[in-house]
Amino acid sequence: MRALDTMGMSVQAIARNKLRSFLTTLGIIIGVASVVAMVHLGQSATRSVTEQIASIGSNLLFVMPGTAQRGPGGVRTNAENFELADVEAIRNEVDGILVAPALTTSATVVIGNANDTIPVIGTTNQYFAVRNHYLAYGREFEATELSSGAAVCIIGKTLIDEMFLGQEPLGSSIRVGRTACRVIGVLEEKGESMGQDRDKTILMPVKAVQRRLVGELDVSAIYVSALADGTTGTVQAQIESLLRQRRGASTGAADDFYVRDTQDIAQALESTTNTLTILLGAIAAVSLLVGGIGIMNIMLVSVTERTREIGIRLAIGARARDVLTQFLVESIALSTLGGFIGLILGVGGTWLVTWKLDMPLVISPPVMLTGFSFSVAIGIIFGFFPARKAALLNPIDALRHE
Amino acid sequence: MNEAGNTATPDRMHLPPAVVEMQDIYKIYGSGATEVRALDGVSLTIRAGEFVAIMGPSGSGKSTCMNILGCLDVPSSGAYRFRGVEVGGLDRDELALLRRNFMGFVFQSFNLLPRISALGNVELPLIYEGVKPARRHQLAMQALATVGLAGRAHATSAQLSGGQQQRIAIARALVTEPPVLLADEPTGNLDTAMAGEIMKELVSIREQRGITILMVTHEPDIARYADRVLFFTDGKLVRDGTPAEVIP
Ligand SMILES: Nc1ncnc2c1ncn2[C@@H]1O[C@H](COP(=O)(O)OP(=O)(O)OP(=O)(O)O)[C@@H](O)[C@H]1O
Ligand SMILES: [Mg+2]
Repeated sequence: MRALDTMGMSVQAIARNKLRSFLTTLGIIIGVASVVAMVHLGQSATRSVTEQIASIGSNLLFVMPGTAQRGPGGVRTNAENFELADVEAIRNEVDGILVAPALTTSATVVIGNANDTIPVIGTTNQYFAVRNHYLAYGREFEATELSSGAAVCIIGKTLIDEMFLGQEPLGSSIRVGRTACRVIGVLEEKGESMGQDRDKTILMPVKAVQRRLVGELDVSAIYVSALADGTTGTVQAQIESLLRQRRGASTGAADDFYVRDTQDIAQALESTTNTLTILLGAIAAVSLLVGGIGIMNIMLVSVTERTREIGIRLAIGARARDVLTQFLVESIALSTLGGFIGLILGVGGTWLVTWKLDMPLVISPPVMLTGFSFSVAIGIIFGFFPARKAALLNPIDALRHE
Repeated sequence: MNEAGNTATPDRMHLPPAVVEMQDIYKIYGSGATEVRALDGVSLTIRAGEFVAIMGPSGSGKSTCMNILGCLDVPSSGAYRFRGVEVGGLDRDELALLRRNFMGFVFQSFNLLPRISALGNVELPLIYEGVKPARRHQLAMQALATVGLAGRAHATSAQLSGGQQQRIAIARALVTEPPVLLADEPTGNLDTAMAGEIMKELVSIREQRGITILMVTHEPDIARYADRVLFFTDGKLVRDGTPAEVIP
């Protein structure tokens, strides 16, 4: 029997019962669509986390006062802040890094008639490179402004949109706390990152924040960026021993500061999203399995219904294997069709969700191939039993079947 | 079958070869009190070119005998040789090939696959033989023409009369040009006029091709088209002869 004829027979049988064929494949369609969409969306979430981490600055270390305990139990209130001298020491003693101090506070900002509470970061020009957040236009702080703590500021895009209402901000004066402050630059747009609007911020010389806003001569965080990939570990160790010395920690006592690596954060988040992807994929795979059982069920019904037909086929010269392949090809054709439609729906769904949620669109050929081959495999596995049942029928029993 | 003992008789030497030989065939259903002997020790020989009618009351074992002759069923015991081959030693696929290459079947009813055209039904045996579409179309159309239904090639069984369906079943049985045609009550569902037409069809096909025909029937009138009648009662072959001898 020619393969083409076997296929023709199966296609005829499927086309003859369109509604039933569709309902049979529905399980596979849903299964493949959800596997493909879930795994793609999981990968997309991972990608989006990675991108966000990269946008914070790669090879970035946060040096913070307090203890490194994560979560709400962290005791960091009574640890002392750093001094600018600590920042200088790190800059001088550790090689291959950029380092920027940060004194973070928030202040009421008044621009024309608008006022809002805005996070203010006192820092230096190294901030831009360390945090991977550069000027869109305007200029950096001048050396004299930094050393004297001049009242100048660089603002984020959100302030222009919401408070300047789109007017040109450069050169204008805004009120930050009780200080009148001249705008000298605008930061490039960064958008949201981990739930924070990174464009709703003001940068000022660290000394200006110390004297004019906070009234303390310290630094609440130190940002360090390792210049070469893979060196954050050694850089971290160097910083830790240096600060331990400088802060006079007694040996054996817990550090009253901690260093956190963005890589750590990225890895933690990635492994979380990966676990989630596997979980969702597994659930979707179960629905694919259920779809396979649906195919088996309908094929069994079909074999019973067509017993007389099978008898006639056997009488006029079909061999057992001809009957077997006919039914097997039929179930494979059904599941392949379902897989194909499911694939299209899954990719379409992925596209829709990523578009709506503003996530990066990840389309992975291996995932599509796996989902599709799964459906074909299910057609073979779940089609085999009914097909075998048909093939093993006795010609005379089949012919006598009512 | 001691052929050697018969070689001395000159007219026996010119007999055509045996197509089917049954020896002491039993077909027993159930056991103990519910035992049914559908065939109870049947021995018979049918030679090439014969037109044999199998008769007998209902339940006498006609269909059972026919199904075993057609290799659709296997006997409980006894030897059955088809064209000299011991059928008992063949597996399922070999039996299928035997049916495909040497036999054509016509059943009493529901012969055709529903929702497939007459042409599609006649092409079916050729599909299993692996004949290419163009050739198979040609052969199927020829077979349909033989039974006078070339014009209804694209009708499905729902659109055909009972007699037309039986003629298409005959076309399907003959399309592979098998040497033996087996028919179990081919006219059982037809009125007398239509049954007569079918029988004339069979007779003319037999004259053209010289095939062997084995046919089960209830009707003496139908049986008279044959040149030999086997009469069964209670699973036993009780009479064997010309229609005139067997039919009262
Ligand atoms: N599968 C079966 N199981 C049990 N008994 C059976 C089976 N098939 C046939 N029989 C019995 O075997 C006997 C012969 O049946 P068969 O079908 O050969 O009769 P028949 O001569 O063709 O009758 P009819 O003229 O009614 O078609 C009957 O008594 C029947 O009940
Ligand atoms: Mg019968």
